[in-house]
Amino acid sequence: MDIPVSRRALSRRTLLGLAAGLPVSAALTACGSSGPGGGNVGATYWYLSSQPQEGVRAGAVKAFNKAHPKTRIKDTTFQNDAYKTKIKSAIGAGQAPTIIYGWGGGTLRTYVEAGQVEDLTSWMGEHSEVKKRVFPSSFGAATVNGRIYALPCECVQPIILYYNKRLFEQVGVNPPESWDDIMALVPRFNAKGIAPFALGGQSQWTNMMWLEFLFDRIGGPEVFQAVIEGEKNAWSNPAALTALAKVQELVKAGGFIKGFSSITADSNADQALLYTGKAAMMLHGAWSYGIQQADGGDFVSSGGLGYMNFPPVAGGKGDPSNSFGNPAQYLSISSKASAEEKEVAKEFFANGVLQDAEVKQWIGIGSLPIRVGTEKLLAASKSADFLQFTYGIASKAKTFGQSWDQALSPMAAETLLDNISKLFQLSVSPKQFAGNLNAVIGK
Amino acid sequence: MSALTGRPPRRGPRGILPWLAAPALVVFVCFAVVPLVGVFVLSFTTWDGIGAIHAAGLSSWRTVLTDPGLPHALQVTFLVMIASWAVQTPLSILLGTFMAGRQRYRAALGVVYFIPLLLSSAAIAVAYKALLDPNFGLGAGLKIGALSKDWLGRPGLAFGVVVFVVSWQFIPFHSLIYQAGVQQIPKSLYEASQLDGAGRIRQFFSITLPQLKYTIITSSTLMVVGSLTFFDLIWVLTEGGPGDATRVLALDMYKRGWRGSQMGPASAIATILVLVGLALALLLRRLGGRDAGESQLEGA
Repeated sequence: MDIPVSRRALSRRTLLGLAAGLPVSAALTACGSSGPGGGNVGATYWYLSSQPQEGVRAGAVKAFNKAHPKTRIKDTTFQNDAYKTKIKSAIGAGQAPTIIYGWGGGTLRTYVEAGQVEDLTSWMGEHSEVKKRVFPSSFGAATVNGRIYALPCECVQPIILYYNKRLFEQVGVNPPESWDDIMALVPRFNAKGIAPFALGGQSQWTNMMWLEFLFDRIGGPEVFQAVIEGEKNAWSNPAALTALAKVQELVKAGGFIKGFSSITADSNADQALLYTGKAAMMLHGAWSYGIQQADGGDFVSSGGLGYMNFPPVAGGKGDPSNSFGNPAQYLSISSKASAEEKEVAKEFFANGVLQDAEVKQWIGIGSLPIRVGTEKLLAASKSADFLQFTYGIASKAKTFGQSWDQALSPMAAETLLDNISKLFQLSVSPKQFAGNLNAVIGK
Repeated sequence: MSALTGRPPRRGPRGILPWLAAPALVVFVCFAVVPLVGVFVLSFTTWDGIGAIHAAGLSSWRTVLTDPGLPHALQVTFLVMIASWAVQTPLSILLGTFMAGRQRYRAALGVVYFIPLLLSSAAIAVAYKALLDPNFGLGAGLKIGALSKDWLGRPGLAFGVVVFVVSWQFIPFHSLIYQAGVQQIPKSLYEASQLDGAGRIRQFFSITLPQLKYTIITSSTLMVVGSLTFFDLIWVLTEGGPGDATRVLALDMYKRGWRGSQMGPASAIATILVLVGLALALLLRRLGGRDAGESQLEGA
């Protein structure tokens, strides 16, 4: 059988056309596919990767999908630092997921001002059981101009000073009770070839935690509050300059691990330094406990990990009970999502977030969920000591400050982080630091 | 009418030629020209990337041009460009000349040299970051003191590492260009010089290198203009740090735009990047002389 010439020509042309068209159509679909939706009725939800927390989040979504066979939440995970950028560009491009995960505060405010997130105030009013379910204090960072734009979720995460008990025994020293103790411990550990502090300095917010505490312990919460309120030259407060100088003293004394400015927190390398015995102490969020428990072998279960609140600074004004960190994590609903997607998201908020199983899992990894009435579960947990300790900090702190980079506008936060890494590099002086930041106050 | 204009009717194979360029043109306009114009327009606005865009005249340009960060970023960009050119060019020429030989072991080695080019920049950066980690990396693992330096944590060292990794990644590509260039050189030139008693080194400097002139210009243009847009590798390796020691212009743009939510100034930096790139490409073409298109193969 022979094929007619015309048909052969046609098929060849079709083939060529296909070959030429394919890359373009592939590129076009690639551009469009990251948006919300995806066909059937469902909502999209992006959250942070890194175990063990990722497993808990994924578990909650899975349980919700199972209980709601007609709807679907499609989840995607990102690394912390990458997520913070990705979510901003996605929202700006109108490609935000239905459920926007975040930390409230200044970032949430920019979303609100751009009309990108739903006002949940009336929904919260109708669903008072959802509102009453969580710590009342968690709503502060979810509220902008008196209206609620996010549902607090997950856990309260104060910043904690962790230490490796075995290394303290080995060197024969006690955990620090003051800033002077910290400075005295530095040469003791360095003499044994142990780094006093682990630090994932490339991530920048890790360094920032040091300033949060030093500002607070030396000058009290008023010092940074003045920055938030847009007071002129607030960074030049003498207490601020003292705090900045003290951090540089610690850097100069060799307080931080060699190479800290190239270590990222996203890879948990800073935490590995602590549980592998290369560093004696580390200032990190409460979530680090779960990571060390999961990755550190028997380090946590055998009692190797010690923890305490940041010690006071002699002569400082701040209350030693004060803490910093994340009062909760926050879920908002994109205003650009379709009505069906918003319905699914709200159903998830009401019957998918912080359900009993999820609460148990958080407690299982040593995190303190913001659900009220979990005392019994906390006491029965294998991490009971740590959870009681976190609970104590969170409930007794006279002031529980929000992480600076989340409290400030993105532009001011970027300037802050940038200057913080220069401060730790000793390439700007405290005065220059204050000058650079005074320039972006209120912006 | 056609008799009046005197233009012959377009028919035959020539008529279809412009249409063959159309798909490429459409892609170029959509994905290069339109974004370029967009960036230029954005540089005269304020926009946080999320909310509404407001016209702002020259304020973004004023912010960028008066920021001490700009000369620093420009300086780092040019230093990376010069250093990576200076490292890559001689090594690529030598490797390319070596691989141009017909021996089988050279072909086998050529395949090995080619491997870095097959890896993505991000993967290379992640691998090097892990290898150079001062506490868990190669030096610490094998207990080699010389290797366990704070490679990415000191400004000078981090800069050196960036140049090294960039070179490691791109030398194979440029070697390939030079290999092709060397293989184009007529054998007769070498035979004649051999009769005149020239050794291998003399041959290299008197025949290979001059004959490679245009290959060098092509490869240098690619290196220089390409180095303006180094982003992924440096971003993963150092994020522009420590401090701002490796913050090239592209990183500065990204940090301002996406981290700091200032699309206006970021667009101004992007425009500067485009202008610098264009200027450099034109300059390099000039360096090639007016006869850049002319063949040297038969003339020497």
